[in-house]
Amino acid sequence: MAPPANRRSSYSRRAQYSTFLSYSAGVLGAVVGIGLVVVSLVNPDMFSSLRGFASDATEPASQAAAGGRELGRNTLAEISGFLHSGSENARIRRELDEAKVRLVQAQATNAENQRLKALLGIRDGDATPVAFSRLTASTGASTRRYATLGAGRDKGVITGMPVRSPMGLVGRVLEVGASSSRVLLITDSESLVPVRRATDGVPAFAQGAADGTLRIRLINLGINPLKKGDVLVTSGSGGLYRPGTPMAIVTDLLRDGAMARVLSNPSDTDYVMVERAWAPPPPPPPAVSPDGKPLGKR
Amino acid sequence: MSFKTARNHARRSINRAPWPLMARTVPWLTVLLGSLVPSWLMIASAPVMPPIGYLIFLSWHQLRPGLLPIWAGLPLGLFDDLFSGQPFGCAVLLWSASSIVLDLVENRLPWRNFVIEWLMANGLIIAYIVLCLALANFGGAASPIRVIVPQIVIAVLAYPLVGRFVAISDRFRLTPFLVSR
Repeated sequence: MAPPANRRSSYSRRAQYSTFLSYSAGVLGAVVGIGLVVVSLVNPDMFSSLRGFASDATEPASQAAAGGRELGRNTLAEISGFLHSGSENARIRRELDEAKVRLVQAQATNAENQRLKALLGIRDGDATPVAFSRLTASTGASTRRYATLGAGRDKGVITGMPVRSPMGLVGRVLEVGASSSRVLLITDSESLVPVRRATDGVPAFAQGAADGTLRIRLINLGINPLKKGDVLVTSGSGGLYRPGTPMAIVTDLLRDGAMARVLSNPSDTDYVMVERAWAPPPPPPPAVSPDGKPLGKR
Repeated sequence: MSFKTARNHARRSINRAPWPLMARTVPWLTVLLGSLVPSWLMIASAPVMPPIGYLIFLSWHQLRPGLLPIWAGLPLGLFDDLFSGQPFGCAVLLWSASSIVLDLVENRLPWRNFVIEWLMANGLIIAYIVLCLALANFGGAASPIRVIVPQIVIAVLAYPLVGRFVAISDRFRLTPFLVSR
């Protein structure tokens, strides 16, 4: 393409100054960028209120986008359902008959569990969800896995609450805005969830691998007891995630652990629920001065 | 616009002129929209969306050199950082740096053909995605480089489409409106 005629600064002082100033402004932009990066690397929560404000401001548009995604998914599901309806119907009827029997057994087991827990004096804590909402947006272009939740301080969400879908654990709340909040998904490489095997309780950690899978690291090293198809649930140690929330299924074995697929794919979830943290750490004891009086603000 | 400028515009063509406000703001608005769109398309569990804001930013620079000033990376990058999930300031730094690189190339190499433009854009896109990964890893993540390979492929393939979109917006930006006297 032909260069525009007036790009070169000529003998005109004015043109030279404006070229110089625009270059200086460009370099200044880069320097400001370096400064911001350094500040955010040192203190990642520095800009959380700014981000919260931005996600609150774009929340109506994100909600509309979430509605559009849901519509598209439902349409596809209906078309494919129409194609396979006959065979699906027969299979589902067969499974329903089995499931009805299992449901009765599970209810009996549940009742027995309740009775035994009451005998032992174990309390389950408050299991009622704090809020139901949609995941409205996510950072699809970054290697970090954050999602935006359409509920914030207005619904009583606070930092650290676990987020789950009917299928399993999704993540935990990281930053809270007025009407939206930021969720760290379990597939982020900074997310670390204590898990155990559902059948026998082999303890492990599930760390995000940043590509949609989880890396399972066993706590007790030695012979790897995991097998393909094992289901992992949260173990509740650490006190953040409620024990027994379904989490992942093992797909590949490694020498000291496994790779696992997440059970609740966040892109297939319509609504998620925010739960209370399982057992919040107790507040620090009040500081006491040597003479026995509690320290206050001077 | 005032009556006098309207009359000046009208003299240039027969009663029609682009609306100056639109001609100035459309490039900025498309980049802002491009920063928001990847977050809305899906709840991604891996980095698969191309950085559409950056692609539009590049594309405007290549279609109309000098239309976005060199300092445009500062405000546009700030907006992108609010939604991208990267450490804050990542886009400010990388977009400003790309602006400077593009302007240097523009001055040193005024005559460019399609292949050079395409290669330069691809080089910048790949460098951008890799540096974003590096900055995110500095910020506490530990993602291996293989997770961005699909994203790089998708971004490189998406760039011509983004260029087409930018060309359409450019035509829209310069739509001549009937100027009433």
